[in-house]
Amino acid sequence: MTLVNEPVNREQQKKKYCRFKKNGIKYVDYKNPDFLLQFVNEQGKILPRRLTGTSLKYQKKVTQAVKRARHLALMPYVADGLK
Amino acid sequence: MLKNYETVFILNPVLSEEQMKDAVGQYEALLKENGAEIVNKEIWGLRKMAYAIQNKSTGFYNMIEFNADPAAIATLEIEFKRDERVMRFLTVSLDKHAVEYNNKRRSGAFKKKKEVAS
Repeated sequence: MTLVNEPVNREQQKKKYCRFKKNGIKYVDYKNPDFLLQFVNEQGKILPRRLTGTSLKYQKKVTQAVKRARHLALMPYVADGLK
Repeated sequence: MLKNYETVFILNPVLSEEQMKDAVGQYEALLKENGAEIVNKEIWGLRKMAYAIQNKSTGFYNMIEFNADPAAIATLEIEFKRDERVMRFLTVSLDKHAVEYNNKRRSGAFKKKKEVAS
């Protein structure tokens, strides 16, 4: 992911959806850092909803889980080149 | 009224295997003393941490799932804070989805392979 805005073809762009709602995931586990890695950028920052498409309900849970994982050193607070 | 909890704590990596098991046993005993039922315990073993804690880059990860009276949590956490062997701990209460998830996880229905690999 670059920080430079890239031209977006709106017609081709697929509609975003909440993967938790779609797959029926009810609980976001903080003990699974591999899964949570999908919701952070390469610096280890939590990605906003507008990029991942996660619904508000689950974004809150993702945030909570990432923060817990960070506390337990399962994920870094700050990183460089995580992906 | 018992509530569902789960606690993960990181023990100092300089401990020997035995000392580590000892410490885990001690906390289990403490929980039982306080009227808790232990549902599950997992020893993840020595694991690399994402960042250094107390200048150490690895730690013994342990997890205990238990049902306990909310009052027992304070006792447990005070014990964790006093103990120099414990580098980090996190206790969370589990809602119904989390309990369901943990049951699934324990039965090895999913993600079990990852757990072994990491």
